[in-house]
Parts: sequence; structure tokens; C-alpha cells
Amino acid sequence: MNILKRPAIAGPVNIVRNLLLMSVLMVGVSCVSSEVTHEEPLAEELTSTLLPVTELQHPDRDPRVGLSPGLFDAEEAIWNLNLITNVIPPDNFIGSWSTDLAFKDNYAIQGNYNGFIVWDISDFANPKLVIDYLCPASQSDVSIYQNLLFVSGEGTGGRLDCGTEGVATSVSDERLRGIRIFDISDIKNPEYVSNVQTCRGSHTHSVLVDPNDDENVFVYVSGSAPVRPEEELPGCVSALPDEDPNSALFRIEVIQVPLANPEQAAIVTSPRIFEGLQAPPRHGLAPEELAVVEQAREAGRYVADYMDQPRIVSDGLVRLFLGQIVEERGGSGDATAADSLALRNQISDRYSSWMDERLAQRGRGADLGPNQCHDITLYPEAGLAGGACEGYGLLLDITDPINPVRIDAVADSNFAYWHSATFNNDGTTVIFTDEWGGGTQAKCRDTDPYEWGANAIYSIKDGKMNFESYFKMPAPQTNSENCVAHNGSIVPVPGRDIMVQGWYQGGINVFDFTDPANPVEIAFHDRGPISVDRRETGGSWSVYWYNGALVNSEITRGLDIFELIPSEYITQNEIDASNTVELDYLNAQGQPMFVWPSTYSLAVAYLDQLERNRELDLENISMIRSGLEVAQNGANSDALTDLASQVRILAEYSSNQSKMMKLADVLDDLGNGV
Amino acid sequence: MKEVFSVFIGSLTSFHVVIVLLFTLSACSSVAPLSDSPTDSEAAPDSVSSDYSDLEELYWSRIESSRMSFVRADIDFMTDMISHHSQALIMSNLAPKNDASRAVQTLASRIHNAQQDEIATMQKWLRDRNQPVPKVHIDGLMLMVTIEDESGEMDHGLMDHGLMDHEAMDHDRMDHEAMDHESMGHQSGQNGDKESDGEMESTDHDMSGHSMNHHDMPGMLTQAQLEELAAAKGLEFDRKFLTFMIEHHLGAVFMVNELFGADGAANDNEIFDLASGIHAEQITEIERMKQMLEELDTE
Repeated sequence: MNILKRPAIAGPVNIVRNLLLMSVLMVGVSCVSSEVTHEEPLAEELTSTLLPVTELQHPDRDPRVGLSPGLFDAEEAIWNLNLITNVIPPDNFIGSWSTDLAFKDNYAIQGNYNGFIVWDISDFANPKLVIDYLCPASQSDVSIYQNLLFVSGEGTGGRLDCGTEGVATSVSDERLRGIRIFDISDIKNPEYVSNVQTCRGSHTHSVLVDPNDDENVFVYVSGSAPVRPEEELPGCVSALPDEDPNSALFRIEVIQVPLANPEQAAIVTSPRIFEGLQAPPRHGLAPEELAVVEQAREAGRYVADYMDQPRIVSDGLVRLFLGQIVEERGGSGDATAADSLALRNQISDRYSSWMDERLAQRGRGADLGPNQCHDITLYPEAGLAGGACEGYGLLLDITDPINPVRIDAVADSNFAYWHSATFNNDGTTVIFTDEWGGGTQAKCRDTDPYEWGANAIYSIKDGKMNFESYFKMPAPQTNSENCVAHNGSIVPVPGRDIMVQGWYQGGINVFDFTDPANPVEIAFHDRGPISVDRRETGGSWSVYWYNGALVNSEITRGLDIFELIPSEYITQNEIDASNTVELDYLNAQGQPMFVWPSTYSLAVAYLDQLERNRELDLENISMIRSGLEVAQNGANSDALTDLASQVRILAEYSSNQSKMMKLADVLDDLGNGV
Repeated sequence: MKEVFSVFIGSLTSFHVVIVLLFTLSACSSVAPLSDSPTDSEAAPDSVSSDYSDLEELYWSRIESSRMSFVRADIDFMTDMISHHSQALIMSNLAPKNDASRAVQTLASRIHNAQQDEIATMQKWLRDRNQPVPKVHIDGLMLMVTIEDESGEMDHGLMDHGLMDHEAMDHDRMDHEAMDHESMGHQSGQNGDKESDGEMESTDHDMSGHSMNHHDMPGMLTQAQLEELAAAKGLEFDRKFLTFMIEHHLGAVFMVNELFGADGAANDNEIFDLASGIHAEQITEIERMKQMLEELDTE
């Protein structure tokens, strides 16, 4: 029995109707020139129905709390989403965990510990099973490029022959840990063409399409399990790098796949992207810590700048440095005021060299840092990759695909273990997720800290990452529900940064992080636990936006397909505009950059945002809306280009000039029939 | 770094021997099928059944049968790791009381939360497979591990892996004072047939409360080291906590590597995920702790 719980808030505002009313009212002034800005405001009578998302109140009582259990009949809570359909797994895959998703044309490929499942999702309301391909491997992370399907194998029981019997010995020539490659030219009959074995197996992988190379595709392999024995795969060294420089730790593997000959796929490099990573800059000090540093400064203590962070220098070290200064000037005895002043100027340099010496004495150097990445998200159009590498979030320059270069690194002061990364569309914000407990533990109980098992959001400026905030699914879950931040993707709402994300048995949610310091949840869906008596692994492994649908890989319950519905948090226009984006394929770990065609829905979506964020006065917004409506009805291209000019003039009166300019460009395109 | 390694490798020798001695328990399955054979269902690809109760039954029966593919090494790993994790709880409990820095308190509370949950997962894993389930009792610095009987009550068979093979033990690292040799006696456990071969060493349960030693496991602290840690305050506590916890974590990483080196081990999803998760998380924390230690040196 499904009981939909509705949150106790006012129903969705009917934006469309309100806007239509306004348009009718404003028709009289719709074609006037920029003089409107000087008219006495009618505006006092206009009140917007839209409020900035940060000012909206969430439901008092979260309906996700206290849902009754069930495997296929759990109680559900849903808010600002429509669950179009749920299809349970094919019989062969019931009881075997489903994992990540990849998309091609109208197909969704769902990885599973038993192999993979191909769904035809041409009709969102009626997904059809195309094939369930039996070939066990954990965790069967999937990616697609052209006619090739890549599948990760990490567990010790994966077999080269896809057999289900596991591998009985610790050293075996039957074992597959690495990447399987299938030809899916005929998607109903995938053909297993090749394997690439790796030392740690492949927990996840990411496909990199090099814009300058149409003959090859590259696969970055991340593994987090122990290194396999050298007797099984020659060259696999599990010793730490300070004991053996050929260690399989501290590196990732890059596989080159010749598209014409995928059977020749092989590892081409094993970049040690962590080398030289020393005591990492933390994500900025907490306010209390900064206050302590400030107090110390005021008290006249020495504060060094080390690795971009202030460090209060201990009295002992200060004495040591002063002694050095005295000695260097050939003096003796106590330091003078001049010596103290000299130290003030040199404190950072002296402190840094002292630290470097200390580290060198301890034999710490090039090998320091994380020894693997859990996941790497490639964003080729921005030339960037985000590496979620143990305690570090790395920013990589991938303009040369086989030689990724680290350009920045951050570590979290709350000891997060990062698992995945997602960029916003502009490449100016990156989200790292802390998959604390590995996904099988309950980390969303009301006793678990908000900062743990959460997303950490960083802004990117000049190649440097700056910590902005944490975001976690806010509804406390039971101890029977595995729950932590997991996979998601950007929902292409133009002008906003919106992500949909899976939280295992914490369900899925959609949040706005346009302001990276103030993320706001705008929609969710959750089911009760599989069982109250025991924690069974389940829930959302991944949920990704693909051509208008939010497709959710439910570990035990199959495949869900959702759509956003308009609410105070998002208008129909914004949803319509997001649905103008069409992808031919999607691997969420190879993030596409979205480009929106110039449409009326894009223009009104921008207007809705200008109104919501009070970035232009309502009177002018109404004027533009009605002008747009008249032009749309009359298909009047001159009216559109006129309106574009007016918008450019009005931009001066807007607090978001760049959005006004984008709006004007859209109007011009519409007017010019682009 | 090297010193830490040699210490725990030194103690590994004993670990091997002890494990061999202790666990010649009753038979458990050898390598069982990784997953159900697909032949039990030849459903045509297009037919997605909608009968929930049948499917639920199928789900639970598959989950049940997937739990039957384990080997001795899996059980040993889970059993030992419960004790190993328990000591991390004891260590972490000290941080707030002993005036640890903010960063160390944060780290300790994350370790505590993570390992407490993992203990529960490991207990569940053993219970699901009808294996003896160690229950943990912590009283200050004292750790006692008892075996839960089938009714869920504790019996009085204490498990102690440390005291069985004195020759193999690393005596330098043992705190003899803390051991209660007198309380140790051999008995065949009360777990009936599970221990009926009598090879499972256990001891009388001395409820007068003496600590049990599990120092044979890699990275385990001696009782003397625990007391040393408990006596330290502030900066000194931070330093000792980090030093000991690095060693403790290295031990856990070693135990995971041992598991993966055993034939047929870690084939089951639950143990693979748990063990590789412990491996990855603890390596991460080791690196962070090394850095924290280096930062402390500059204080």
C-alpha cells in the first residue's frame, strides 16, 4: 500500500496563472520605451508571489520521519516531485544490489552486482526491460561511449568468464578485477570484447573524451580495495612507496581504448597525481580558530603563513628563530628589538623552512598524501576534474588527458573521506561528498553530525578552492536505514545551480546551491526502511537527470523515474527551460556542459529568477513579460529585438546585469529566428 | 614510520600462530557460489512480475543464501576485528576527558562513531551466519569480550586470543601486570555444537572484572600503553593518541590485507564492502593523523 504523505505547507503557487493575469494588466504599457522606468510606480500594488529560496520556510514536521517499512510496499513521502513510475528488478536480479547508471539515446543501463540491466526509457511511464546481462562483479559501475560499455569489477569473486561461482583461491587466473569492455552496437546482445586488469580492481571509473582525439577514449580507474597479489597480476606491489617505489598505491590508472580496436585497450599511464602533496591546506579555519589567531596577533604573538593558513608560532620556536637571527648578525646574548622586528618580517619564511626540514627528517616528501581516489569526475569542457581522493579533494587540470596535473587540493577539518565530486555548470563551484561508512552504515540518525556524511561545497576561483558550506539530507533516518551522501548530477535549470542526489535509504533530494554558502533543499522523495528489524543495504545508489527525467537506481527496488513539479522553489518555466536540453548519452562521472537553446521558456525562466531574487523591480519585469507575450503571440521579430534593447538598457537598474544581458541575448535570438 | 611498522609486524608473527591455534572450529562451508545460479529463473526479459509477495520471498531467500558463502578466514576477521575496534572505542572515549585539542576530539568522535557502528555490523554478520558473536563490554580502560549465546544472552565463555600461545607472543609489548593469568582456564564453550570440538579456546569468565588482552592482534595497545594514554593530558595526550591510533589503524589495515590474502575470503558482498571500507577509511585517517602529529611537533 502506498500512502503519499504531503507536507503541511501551502500548495504550489500557481505561478503561470498569476503571470498571465499580470500580463493582461500590463498590456497597456507593454510596447513603450524605456521611459517606463521613470513612471510613478504602479509597483506598490504589485507584490511578487516568488520569494528567494533562502527565505522560504520548510515544512514544520518533516514527512520523511517515521515512514513505515517494506521492501516493495514501504510508505513514501514526496515533495515537489512526481514519481512517474517504479519498475522492480528482473527476477534474476532480485536480491542483488543495483548500482550506478549510464545513459545512451533512450536507454538507461543500470549496473548490478550480478551484471547489468538495460532499460528502454523512451516512455517514462513505461520503462521496458531490454536485457539483464548476467556477469557478476562488484560494483559494476557502468559508463558508455559510442558503442562501448565499460563495467567496473573490484570484488574478489569477479570472473573473466562471467561465471557466478566466484573464485576459490587468492591467486587465480580466472579472476577479473579491473574493467570489462562490451560492444553494445546491438544493445539487445551485448558482446564482451575485452578486459583490462588493474592492481586494485576498479571500484569506479570515469570515461574521458578528449576533444582533440577522435580515435581513442580514456578511462580513469579508481580502486580502493587492497592490492592484489603480484603472483596473480605481475607488477602489483602492495608495499608503501617509501618501501617500494613501484607501489600500486598512491596512483590512478589511465586506460587508453582505441575505438576501432577496443580489444587493444591497455593501461597507458599510472599518474601519481598525489605527489608532492604535503600537509594540506585545510578548508579554511573555523571562525573560532580564526578568532584565536586574531587574539594571538593582537597579543603580539608571531603568526606565520604556512601553506596558505595562519599558524601561531610557539614561544620555543620564536626563541630558536631569534637565536638564529642573533647568530647570523654575528651577535650574542639576548635578541634586540631590531631582531624581533626582523623576525616579524621573516616569520613565514623561517617557519616554512623549519617545517620543511622537519618533514624531510621524517622521510616525508613526495609520497605523502592519499593513496587512491574513490572517484574522479571529469569535466572536459571546463578542462577540469574533481578527484575525491580519501581525505583530499583535488582539482586537476585535464587538458592533457593522459597527464592530469593537480592544481589545488583541500582537506576537510571534520575528517571527511570524500567519494565523489560534481561541478556546477560554470565550473565555479564543486561539491565533494563524504560517503562516511561506505554506504552500508546508518549515518543520518539524529545523533550523527550534520557535517559528516554530507556534501562539502567549495567555490573555485583562480584555480583555488574555497570552502563555502556543508549540505546534508536533513531528515533524521532510523538505525535500520543505510544513509549517507551519494551519487547525483546537475539538473540543467538555466541560471541556477541545482543538483539531484541519492542518499541510499535516506531517499533522493534536489537542492539549490546557486549561492554555495547557502544550499537549500527544494524537493525530495523517501521510502521507509526495507526492514525495521535489521539494516538491509538499499535505497538510492545514484539518481541522475537525463532528458527531463530524474532516473533513480534503487539498490533493491529497481528503477524509479521522477519529474520535478513546479513549486515555490521552482517555476514551470524553469522546468520547461531545463527540458530543452537534450543529451545523446550521459556518464555522470564525465560531466557534460549544458547549453540552452534560446526559447521563450528560457526567457521567462530568467524573468522568474530576476523576480524571485528581487534583481529587477516588479513593474519592469511585468513590462518585459507582457512584451514577450505579445511578441510570442504575434511572432513579431521586431518587437523582440526592441524588447532586447530595452532589457539591455534596464540592465543598469538591475542587481544582476549578467542575467539581464543573457535575457537580452535570448530575445535577440528569438527575434532573429536563431 | 618504520618503527611503527616493525613493531606491528613483530606482533604479527604471533597473530598468525594464534589464529591457527584458535580457529580450527567446526566446519563451515568452503567456497560457496557467489550468487544464485540464474538457472532457477528463466523469465523472459520482458516479463517483470508484479506479484510483490512472491518477489519479497524471492528477495529474502536470495539474501539468506548469499550469506552462506563464507570461509573460516571471514569469520576470523570479523571476530577479531570486533575486539580490535573495541579498543579504538576505549581510546576515543578518553579524548574529551583528557583535554584533547579540538581537532583530536573531532577525530576521536568520528572514529568512535564509525567503529561502534562497524562493530554492530560485524556482530550482525556473524549472527546471520550462526557463528559465535563476540559482545563487547567496556569499563574505563577495561575491555571484556564475551560470547553471545543463541538466545542472545551472554554466556560466560570469554574469548581471549592473546593468552593462548605464550611462546608466540611478543612479550616485550605485553603488560604482564594487566593480564589475569589466574583467571584463565580452558573450557569448552557453552555454545554447544558450535564449539563442540573443543578447539575453540575460551576462558572462565571472571566477572570480578579484569581486562582481557588482545595484544596479539596487530596494532593493539598493551594495557600499560592504554594506561599511559589515560594518564596523559592536553598536548601530551594528543601526541600519544595520534601515535597509538596510527599504530592501531595500521594493524586494522594489515588484518584486511590478511583477509584478502586468504583463499575464498571476502567473496560475500557484505564482508567485502565492510573490509575494503575499513581499509580505505583507516588509511585515510592514518595519513591525516601523521599530519596532525607533524603539526603538533611545531607547537
